[in-house]
Amino acid sequence: MTSVLLDPTGELKPSQREPVAKLDSLAGKTIGLLDISKARGDVFLDRLDDLLGDRGITVKRYKKPTFTRPAPLDLVNIMASEVDGVIEGLAD
Amino acid sequence: MSSSGYVAVVKQDCPTCVLIEPVLQQLEAAGVALTVYVQDDPDFPKVSNRVDDRALDKSFELDIETVPTLIRFNNGTEQARLIGWEQNEWRSFTGIEQLGEGLPTYRPGCGSKSVEPGIAEQLALRHGTVKFNAREVSLAELEDDIEACFDRGWSDGLPVVPPTPERVLRMLNAVAREGHEIIGQMPPFGVDCSVEKVAINAVMAGCKPAYFPVVLAAVEAALDPAFCLHGLLATTWFSGPMVIVNGPVRQAIGMNWQGNLLGQGNRANASIGRALQLTVRNVGGGLPQDTDQSTYGTPLKFGCCFAEDDATPWQTVAETMGVTSGRSAVTLFSADGPLGVADQKSRDPESLVQSLAGSLKAVNHVEMANGSDAVVLIGPEHGRVFDQAGWSKADVTAALHQATHIAGKDLAMGTTDAAKASAAESTGTAGQIPKFRPGGLYLVRAGGDAGLFSAIIPGWVMKGSVGTDPVTREIR
Repeated sequence: MTSVLLDPTGELKPSQREPVAKLDSLAGKTIGLLDISKARGDVFLDRLDDLLGDRGITVKRYKKPTFTRPAPLDLVNIMASEVDGVIEGLAD
Repeated sequence: MSSSGYVAVVKQDCPTCVLIEPVLQQLEAAGVALTVYVQDDPDFPKVSNRVDDRALDKSFELDIETVPTLIRFNNGTEQARLIGWEQNEWRSFTGIEQLGEGLPTYRPGCGSKSVEPGIAEQLALRHGTVKFNAREVSLAELEDDIEACFDRGWSDGLPVVPPTPERVLRMLNAVAREGHEIIGQMPPFGVDCSVEKVAINAVMAGCKPAYFPVVLAAVEAALDPAFCLHGLLATTWFSGPMVIVNGPVRQAIGMNWQGNLLGQGNRANASIGRALQLTVRNVGGGLPQDTDQSTYGTPLKFGCCFAEDDATPWQTVAETMGVTSGRSAVTLFSADGPLGVADQKSRDPESLVQSLAGSLKAVNHVEMANGSDAVVLIGPEHGRVFDQAGWSKADVTAALHQATHIAGKDLAMGTTDAAKASAAESTGTAGQIPKFRPGGLYLVRAGGDAGLFSAIIPGWVMKGSVGTDPVTREIR
């Protein structure tokens, strides 16, 4: 796999994509909880769901088919269109 | 390597190097300080002071082009070098009288592995003798390189060849120009366009290095203010740049001026036009539905480049534009899609001119004059009609200008007959006025053998001081 390419552009923009700005506050936001299908991730996310709910924050739940592969593009697109931020149960 | 003495560079794959193995042994036996660098087989030759140079770093550092090479050093400074095997030279060079006794007196050497295509570029990059000005973009380990080019907005919608430093260096080495040389300001954002940036985009377009002189000439022509690239890029009209190539370079790089020349299938035609458009897109930053405001665009905007058939009785388009016959050149036009002209009945030039003129009157709008220039590709079978009657390019061009005059009363677009008459009277154009400006028709000979067809390719509906003029550049 190629590791370095030469920039073909006029270099008026940064070469790396800018990450989306981080949320200042969760108030009034919709937050996604992504279960990556790893054992007991649901326990952690259920508890977060309760804590966020107690604070009046809207929560949507998502689940990847398997933790071994990146999220399917459809799932990424759905999350991007439905929520303001995602909390992912990343590991054991 | 000792600071004084001899250095030899050899490879086992070279018969001359194998031939002189006893010579190297003889030098060593005579007490000469000798270091032998070998490019392939680390067990060759059988001398004691042998160094493995399979990585070719020493060969590169010593700038070895041929093996065997024998170099004499004095206090770390090269004094002289010999290339290949010439018995008397080696004897006087080393001062050993009987050197290589019994061997053939002369054998040429072989190419050094350090200058093999692909290797030379890797070595130059590894040793830092080549520096790019372009920003390096590091990809993540799992990132697909072609997808990465899409993600960064570098593509015209089709996959591009990822511009690795090795590929770009091979492209740059095809011209005797410095990579950092600025050839102009690329619209719309007026960004300095270097030879190196053009090379990067030529790699992405799929060009072979041999095409690069043509690409560079095309970009330079596009940046000529007369071509008005900014306006052509930004216009709501259909047009994009079209590159016509003349001269010996056409055969040298295998271009097409025959069947399907405007279509798919020829790498040079396809990639040279695309390289120009990718350079405009990437360096200048003009993107569709952004600065590029074209209402429809045209498939030609992926890139349009073809060659002219130079072997006809007519002047080529480059010659018409002032280039000496036999030289290679590009000529740039603005171009919409082609409009086919089918005339399978005309057998004399007067009739064929009337046919072509009828279709030419429809360019832009049948009730519009002096709007844009037009290129007319005269196919071989139509060309034969003119050639057999002895009509030159100038004859046909003049006849077409005459035959495309339009009655002034017909130029009140879309209105009623009465309004047209009134408009003609008030504007004083009741007579015949020319459809095209003087010099605004460009005849080009190209096309497949079969088919009594020609093709009209109109351009941007602006010209001259308020728009675009064709621009020609010699290819160097």
